[in-house]
Amino acid sequence: MDKDLVIIGGGPAGLAAAIAAKEAGINDLLILERDNKLGGILNQCIHNGFGLHTFKEELTGPEYAARFEDKALALEIPYKLETMVVDISAKGEDKLVTYMNRAEGLVVIRAKAVILCMGCRERSRGALNIPGYRPAGIYTAGTAQRYVNIEGRMPGKEVVILGSGDIGLIMARRMTFEGAKVKLVAELMPYSGGLKRNIAQCLNDFDIPLLLSHTVVDIKGKERVEAVVIAEVDEHSKPIPGTEQEVKCDTLLLSCGLIPENELSNALGVSINRVTGGPNVNESLETNIKGVFACGNVLHVHDLVDYVSEEATQAGKKAAEYLTGAEREHESENNSGCRSEKNTDNAVSIKATDGVRYIVPSVIRLNHMDDRQIVRFRVGAVYKKVAIQVLAGDKEIMNLKKQALAPGEMEQVILQKSVLSGIDDLKEITIRVKTD
Amino acid sequence: METKEFTCIRCPLGCNVVASLEDGKIISITGNTCPRGAEYVTNELTDPKRIVTTLVKVTGGENPVVSVKTASDIPKGKIFECLDALKSVNLKAPVRIGDVVLKNVCDCGVDIVATSNVR
Ligand code: SF4
Repeated sequence: MDKDLVIIGGGPAGLAAAIAAKEAGINDLLILERDNKLGGILNQCIHNGFGLHTFKEELTGPEYAARFEDKALALEIPYKLETMVVDISAKGEDKLVTYMNRAEGLVVIRAKAVILCMGCRERSRGALNIPGYRPAGIYTAGTAQRYVNIEGRMPGKEVVILGSGDIGLIMARRMTFEGAKVKLVAELMPYSGGLKRNIAQCLNDFDIPLLLSHTVVDIKGKERVEAVVIAEVDEHSKPIPGTEQEVKCDTLLLSCGLIPENELSNALGVSINRVTGGPNVNESLETNIKGVFACGNVLHVHDLVDYVSEEATQAGKKAAEYLTGAEREHESENNSGCRSEKNTDNAVSIKATDGVRYIVPSVIRLNHMDDRQIVRFRVGAVYKKVAIQVLAGDKEIMNLKKQALAPGEMEQVILQKSVLSGIDDLKEITIRVKTD
Repeated sequence: METKEFTCIRCPLGCNVVASLEDGKIISITGNTCPRGAEYVTNELTDPKRIVTTLVKVTGGENPVVSVKTASDIPKGKIFECLDALKSVNLKAPVRIGDVVLKNVCDCGVDIVATSNVR
């Protein structure tokens, strides 16, 4: 089978990317989704708080997904459900996408372009290094969310949550609503990894304590969790002897962060950023492999789905430009003049320093850049009353005052093409936290 | 004078909003990025409200439950009463987004509506 564009994943990123590509004139496209429904993880996120940016109203996850799904259906975008992509490889300019499903068995598509929209997965218990037995009753927060919200069954009655990521906070309230007693949330770091509003409305509203700088050091029980031992940690995250306390519970939920799901990208040879765990991309959200784009949580973990949709729309547009050759015309236009031979794309690298952990994209090619370029990043610690400083070479081009910055929240700046192209011989842009 | 701190939950920015009170009356509100933060804190001090999202049983559909929400926010003190009222609701598939699942829950004047489709 031949296709112009294959989109791997039918969650929020895949849907928005497909819609944008179709609207830009790409008709020969296909979404491959491994679940039995489009919408991805949003289907189990039944709480509200989605869509304030996109729709100016507060929707629940399934409602937000349905808006995009309805649009994709109205545009007659083809998709396959319960279809697992097992491999992607490059062959010349083309990409070979191998998928598997019950009806068709193993099928290979030759695609001109691919958008990676596989989302992310949760850090599992193995990555957490908790000693002790492996009794029943330990779940990642997302797995518990699926049990409760999709399958309608409760994992337990007395709950301790390790990690204060958003899914864990949301599940604290959810389990409370379903009649469970959530004893506490323990967070290894001195700050929460989740949104402040979730601490307010999911923990504080129900008097669930959040213990910062605490971790689980032991799990009691052989068949089933009977209790966990928590302890305070020092600044090196080492448990402090003497601070242990035993907390009776039958369930331990782990909400210790998300990792982009890039097994397929790795096999394809996509270069992965060590900080984000997602592909390195340029301004077009294109990876090091031409015609392979990435967006949403597979690229970097987002705090809000609205930003995922926005980013995916950009990826869909750029993939369409790549396919229709608009991109190449762009290039020849720009290169017909007397540009420097070494740097025909006018590539500017975007560097994170001084408190900024990572930036997406990592390269902006000026002659492919739109008039406005959204650049997203996260900081590595909590800051109060600081500024985000953007430097072009060593010249400050932006200085944005910030009341507070936190690792749990994604930040963005918008770079203007008119400003960047006015700077001679621009090679590097740096974004940093200015504390003084 | 007394001050009270709140995290505004009206949008994901989560502003830290501080209200200054004298004899229980609000004199000033600071820290909010937009007017909704002041409104939120005023409500928190007088009549706190929340949107409630949960599940309701469904029979004869692809899933045993369907997600629902209060169509607008209800008094915070009525959350558990509202959840209890929903325990006895049993819907028949199909259910569509926006279907009214329960009218005027706990006499709050607010309906419960479905937020997902169950075929
Ligand atoms: S004050 Fe406005 S900007 Fe700040 S959290 Fe509330 S609604 Fe959002």
